[in-house]
Amino acid sequence: MKIIVCLKQVPDTEANIKIDTNGKSISEAGIKFIINPYSEYAIEEAIRLKEAGKAESITAVSWGPERVSEALKTALAMGVDDVLLLKTDSYSVDSFATAGILAAKLKTMEYDLILMGKETIDDGSMQIGPMLSELLNIPCVTVVTKLDVDGEHVTVKREVEGGSEIIETSTPCIITCQKGLNEPRYPSIRGVMMAKKKQVTTEQVSFEGENLSINKLSYPAARSEGKVVGEGADAVAELVRLLREEAKVL
Amino acid sequence: MSAILVVTELQNNEFKKSSFETVSQARRLADSLGQTVTALVIGSDVKAKAASLGEYGADQVLTAEDTKLENFNPDYYKTIVIEAVKKVSPEIVLFIATLQGRDLAPRVAAALETGLASDCTGLEVVDGSLEIEHPLYAGKVFAKLSLESPVKILSLRPGVFEAKMNGKQAVVNSLELPALESRIKIKEINKTGGDKLDVTEADIIVTGGRGVRSAENFKIIEELATVLNAAVGATRAVVDSEWRPHDEQVGQTGKVVSPSLYIMCGASGSIQHWAGMSGSKCIVAVNKDPEAPIIKRADYSIVGDLFEVVPALTQEIKKIKG
Ligand SMILES: Cc1cc2nc3c(=O)[nH]c(=O)nc-3n(C[C@H](O)[C@H](O)[C@H](O)COP(=O)(O)OP(=O)(O)OC[C@H]3O[C@@H](n4cnc5c(N)ncnc54)[C@H](O)[C@@H]3O)c2cc1C
Ligand SMILES: Nc1ncnc2c1ncn2[C@@H]1O[C@H](COP(=O)(O)O)[C@@H](O)[C@H]1O
Repeated sequence: MKIIVCLKQVPDTEANIKIDTNGKSISEAGIKFIINPYSEYAIEEAIRLKEAGKAESITAVSWGPERVSEALKTALAMGVDDVLLLKTDSYSVDSFATAGILAAKLKTMEYDLILMGKETIDDGSMQIGPMLSELLNIPCVTVVTKLDVDGEHVTVKREVEGGSEIIETSTPCIITCQKGLNEPRYPSIRGVMMAKKKQVTTEQVSFEGENLSINKLSYPAARSEGKVVGEGADAVAELVRLLREEAKVL
Repeated sequence: MSAILVVTELQNNEFKKSSFETVSQARRLADSLGQTVTALVIGSDVKAKAASLGEYGADQVLTAEDTKLENFNPDYYKTIVIEAVKKVSPEIVLFIATLQGRDLAPRVAAALETGLASDCTGLEVVDGSLEIEHPLYAGKVFAKLSLESPVKILSLRPGVFEAKMNGKQAVVNSLELPALESRIKIKEINKTGGDKLDVTEADIIVTGGRGVRSAENFKIIEELATVLNAAVGATRAVVDSEWRPHDEQVGQTGKVVSPSLYIMCGASGSIQHWAGMSGSKCIVAVNKDPEAPIIKRADYSIVGDLFEVVPALTQEIKKIKG
């Protein structure tokens, strides 16, 4: 079985996000970039399948700027076999454009299973998996917290509101990974050494035709200064009064 | 006249509150754009309740009923939505940004080869076109987006938009069902939470953090939630300790919520938790550490031991609710 992992590089969750002078993008200066946490679950799951003797190869693919090769090297160090950077110089928030670029490449590759994150933590679109499923015409199960692969049979547990579901499908298919699926490993020193010997295959891709674009970025409205109502249980009556009369939420 | 199509959602065969919110928004847009509102209801037994969507502004309700449609199957539901799109030729299709809506909308968008703006927190008509607000970087920045495709697909974040009564009478029609085929099979559905209120649907949330110290101690959080008719939320520290299930986690790697009141007990207010609840209208913190980050950011806070403050708060609210 051949696995493709789609991953995205995103700013660290702690990063201080500053809007660039153009007002339409963020300034990348000083930002630490990481592999999207949900994409990490996808990488880890692929490696576990390979370690269990269920997968023969894992290729990680990412569409993004040059800096993404760092993330791909980390994926190599974790245990992915090959990595491919679909390099672009312009970023788009339009997930349908992203999905189109990934689909065009994936159509030329061999795969049985495509693993990816359920969502990214930068633009939080939660669209790529289901969109790819349409574009590649293969099934997709989202927000998966458990995955079993047995030959062509795929059984997954996925999160639904108020519980979970067990779903069966077959390869080739797309699985989008949710927290709970596994604990991603840190690259071992040996992994890092091995990764140094490997290449990040890079292909320049251009894209056109985005439907969704950013007009303007702004910071959220500042919340008004809060107040400490008091200390301990004695402050409870006053808190309830404020919630009723001032905030009017009770 | 062009149409707006709203894909509504049910839970336990009742409309989610967010269905009413989304229909109301469709009405508001339709009025300023001179369009009509058609709401789509998908399920196994939905006819009887369909007309109630008129009260929120639907002109027409389309029902798609089949035993196969009782539970969400993305392949079936996608086929139904596309059939409805063919029937009403909408310019705008609104979904709800729930787990279900966010699984379904991108499939429909890709099948129709059109643009999708997901998880919108604001929506205005400016000079005849839509101006969409969507949070980026977990709410550290907000983007104003424009969507240019002929059919515009959006999903609206639950709890952000107002559900407004409109007193319209909706015409209910059934959608002729296309052939339903699926490549996935639902083997089992486990409703761990029973009928519990989901944090994304709740108007009030009481969240416990690491300061609650154990699964058993969550009883006092649940008691406060019960008197307030609120949902229980949790920080990641709590979920990782397995005191509460993951579906209650609020934050960057949990759920994003926008209740009118968010009460945090024994939670520090980490940046990742804030990412999930900063859209709350009013935030209350109970924390024994006056230096905890949340004390500065909450609208109201009480510095003190949650094991004393929370039960006292429960009693006080019982008193006023009589
Ligand atoms: C990539 C990433 C994603 C993450 N995603 C999320 C997420 O989605 N959601 C999330 O919540 N976190 C998330 N986190 C974790 C986050 O960084 C924090 O670790 C977590 O939110 C802390 O939870 P807490 O506030 O319950 O615990 P703590 O930070 O330990 O705070 C406990 C608080 O309780 C107070 N306290 C203790 N005892 C009492 C008492 N008796 N009475 C009153 N107060 C008391 C303490 O003063 C303290 O302020 C994420 C982290 C990373 C790196
Ligand atoms: N530019 C990209 N290149 C490769 N994979 C991506 C890209 N953007 C998103 N993905 C994948 O799609 C998942 C969900 O992202 P999204 O739908 O954008 O929230 C991510 O976790 C990645 O696995």
